[in-house]
Amino acid sequence: MPTLTINGDTHQVDVPEDMPLLWVLRDVLGMTGTKYGCGIAQCGACTVHLDGNAVRSCVLPVGGVEGKRIETIEAMENSELGRSVQSAWLEHEVVQCGYCQSGQIMSAVALLSKTPQPDDKEIDLGMSGNLCRCCTYTRIRGAIKSVAKA
Amino acid sequence: MSKDDSKLESPERRELIKVSGLALGGLLIATCLPPVIHKSAATQIVEEGASGDSPAGPAELGAFIRIDPTGGVTLIMPKIEMGQGVQSSLAAMLAEELEVDLSQVTLQEAPPNEELYVDPILNFQATGGSTSARSFWRPLREAGATGRILLVQAAADEWGISSEVCEARNGAVHGPDGQQLGYGELVEAAAELPVPEQIPLKSPDQFRLIGKPLQRLDTPPKVNGSAKFTTDLQLTDMKIATTRTCPVLGGTLASVDDREARRIPGVREIIPLKDAVAVIGDHTWAAIQGARALKVEWNFGDNARLSSEQIEQALRDAADRDGALATDEGDIDAALDGVDTQIEAEYEMPFLAHAALEPMSCVAQVRVDACELWVGTQVPVMAQQAAAKVSGLPPEKVIVNNQLIGGAFGRRLEVDFIAQAVDIARNVFYPVKLIWTREEDTTHDLYRPHYLDRFRAGLDGNGLPVGWSHTIVGGSVMARFSPQALGENGLDPDAIEISAKPIYHLPNLRVRYVPEDPVALRVSWWRGVGQLHGAYVVEGFIDELAIAAEQDPVDYRLRLLQDQPRAQAVLRLAAEKAGWGQTLPDGHGRGVAVHQVFGSYLATVVELATTPQGGLRINRLICAVDCGLALNPTSVRSQIEGGTLFGLSAALFNEVTVKDGHVQQSNFHDYRQIRISDAPPVEVHLIDSQETPGGIGEAGTALIAPALVNALYAATGKRIRRLPLSRAGYHVLAREA
Ligand code: FES
Ligand code: FES
Repeated sequence: MPTLTINGDTHQVDVPEDMPLLWVLRDVLGMTGTKYGCGIAQCGACTVHLDGNAVRSCVLPVGGVEGKRIETIEAMENSELGRSVQSAWLEHEVVQCGYCQSGQIMSAVALLSKTPQPDDKEIDLGMSGNLCRCCTYTRIRGAIKSVAKA
Repeated sequence: MSKDDSKLESPERRELIKVSGLALGGLLIATCLPPVIHKSAATQIVEEGASGDSPAGPAELGAFIRIDPTGGVTLIMPKIEMGQGVQSSLAAMLAEELEVDLSQVTLQEAPPNEELYVDPILNFQATGGSTSARSFWRPLREAGATGRILLVQAAADEWGISSEVCEARNGAVHGPDGQQLGYGELVEAAAELPVPEQIPLKSPDQFRLIGKPLQRLDTPPKVNGSAKFTTDLQLTDMKIATTRTCPVLGGTLASVDDREARRIPGVREIIPLKDAVAVIGDHTWAAIQGARALKVEWNFGDNARLSSEQIEQALRDAADRDGALATDEGDIDAALDGVDTQIEAEYEMPFLAHAALEPMSCVAQVRVDACELWVGTQVPVMAQQAAAKVSGLPPEKVIVNNQLIGGAFGRRLEVDFIAQAVDIARNVFYPVKLIWTREEDTTHDLYRPHYLDRFRAGLDGNGLPVGWSHTIVGGSVMARFSPQALGENGLDPDAIEISAKPIYHLPNLRVRYVPEDPVALRVSWWRGVGQLHGAYVVEGFIDELAIAAEQDPVDYRLRLLQDQPRAQAVLRLAAEKAGWGQTLPDGHGRGVAVHQVFGSYLATVVELATTPQGGLRINRLICAVDCGLALNPTSVRSQIEGGTLFGLSAALFNEVTVKDGHVQQSNFHDYRQIRISDAPPVEVHLIDSQETPGGIGEAGTALIAPALVNALYAATGKRIRRLPLSRAGYHVLAREA
């Protein structure tokens, strides 16, 4: 029975070890902010932080993440950086349908926490794992830059 | 804006507004939609219903505004939010005239079947075709103004003074001596008053919300993960299903060996359906694992040998048939006879999947006496009818709870996945959430039709067109969705959109449409609908004429747009902002496209660089827009930006192909989409306009592909007529630092 540390809380979950973290979060723990889009690490909708790094939870067997620090979109408002990314997203009117945006914000926070002043290339690198079918890319870039400047 | 729009005096129109009290106290205002004047063919269908069985015409569409005794304003929202910001725009129309703050308006999704809102809301509603702003522009403002007038009158009566000296502001009525009554305190009295004779509306210079960059109402929960889409819903006792549907259209289930699937922990039920097998599990992972473990035998049926080559050959063969005549002005044969400069070209656009990021999903529960759906749908009444048919219950026993949509682009105008969810749910007693895997979603879509277009035109000594002949061949979406909307010989008004009546001055114009439905795929609406197809081919071919006439593509268009001042204005603006005419290095080029789309005028300029190895980098992408009065300039900009890149993604990469009846693309690795690293910034320039608001959700999508191929021609001298560009060997280069 894997024990997980998610957003600072400990959870014991009775699931098979090979079950991807995505489905544990969504279907077992009811944390549905993390989304399913492809299941093969192509779209980034399922992005979470594992020890501070952006990872795709749809291909992450839950057995392998015991003892690691997992953070999800639900916890982003608890950190200053998370809050400033969220408010930049609102100020820049990034969001369209919104389905990809949990993942986008998780990748943006991970990027900005390691590279506080990313240039265009670094933004491309940090964010190109996250598809947005509404194609909000122009505004994502603007929002990230505004956080970097602040 | 014309004068008559500021006052409402016609008695027929007044009857469209109804006011009443509520059982629990409060004021209810119902407003009905008059027929919309400017509609695309697709629009007409989504609004008026499909297959002739829609329960209502557009005049019965309605919206409800409820003001409760605490002063809260609820707008019962007939349009579903898919990211286009529609709900906030509609709320602003209401709030503007009602004199409340946008934050005071609560939105509630309109159910097709709820007792309190029987009449208008029960009727056909749809979201699509870029119509929302246009259809609600007057009725919602009138409803807001009606509410305000009644509330002011109620306050005036209470104070025993004339309503003339009272003013509504911020959800309250203020009297001349500092008296103040909140709307909530006035609703009961207001509900007793007659509907006002005249409903004056504000003029644009009095707007405080409309035309201002407002923050949308639906976005805060979308940045913290709390917004719930269909896929996120959790109901008591609910289980999760996924399906494997026969990979060949028209095939059926022969047999299934589910022994291995049943051994997977968490798998609860395996349910064979006519053309699919469903696996129900405690969680999505169990369902997905179970579905993978099934050993299924299919009867593939008649389509088992079909491939793209055959589908395309059928289109080519069909091109010689007469088909349906869309336009026949002047005498094309006489006009082209003996003309020296004649140009012919053949264009092709592929089948496209929608690939919305939220895969098809629907929660359904079938009880003895009712069926309940929780699903994001663009067509709640069609959803209700589909569920009724599958469950065997009458439509009024089907409850539809509409949900936020994680991108649809036309896909949720279809109800196939809803019918499947009900088909599964009727086997069990608990609610079932059906989620398609990305692979099922891609391979079981209803695709944008593959079109083949043939052109022939002749130019006079000045290079101007003397005749224009255009044959369109492709599947008819309308024939399946709404056969009664077809013209003679299967004339599909959507397939000939733009082509039948280009905005250019084109004497001797003949346009034919030959319907040729693909057998192995179903076709449907896709963002940009008929205008996406029409704009691509017409703007590509007009560019070819400009080149043949040895004229600048912008100047050439301007000459043919003499009586189109709004089109000329956006074209000039885009060209100016793009630095049109300035020299570019070798291998670089600029391309342009302009048209009227969805009631808006748009011009797009692409500036790109190429390498001899097929590398391509878009350096600038400029859009000039005249969408009439921009309800929310920020939403207009973001829709044009997103819509343009959405169209770019398809033009660069996307094509659905078929082999042995199977769709060959399955997920984002082989049906790739534009990423941030491929995406050029989109520069949007708005023309200040007071015209009636035009659609903006699809306009950008329609114009990017022609601007792109025209730019590629300018850069390389090679004309790409068949999309996507990846097919011609192009790939996207990383952006320059
Ligand atoms: S769902 Fe994990 S990357 Fe797409
Ligand atoms: S906002 Fe819709 S997918 Fe990104």
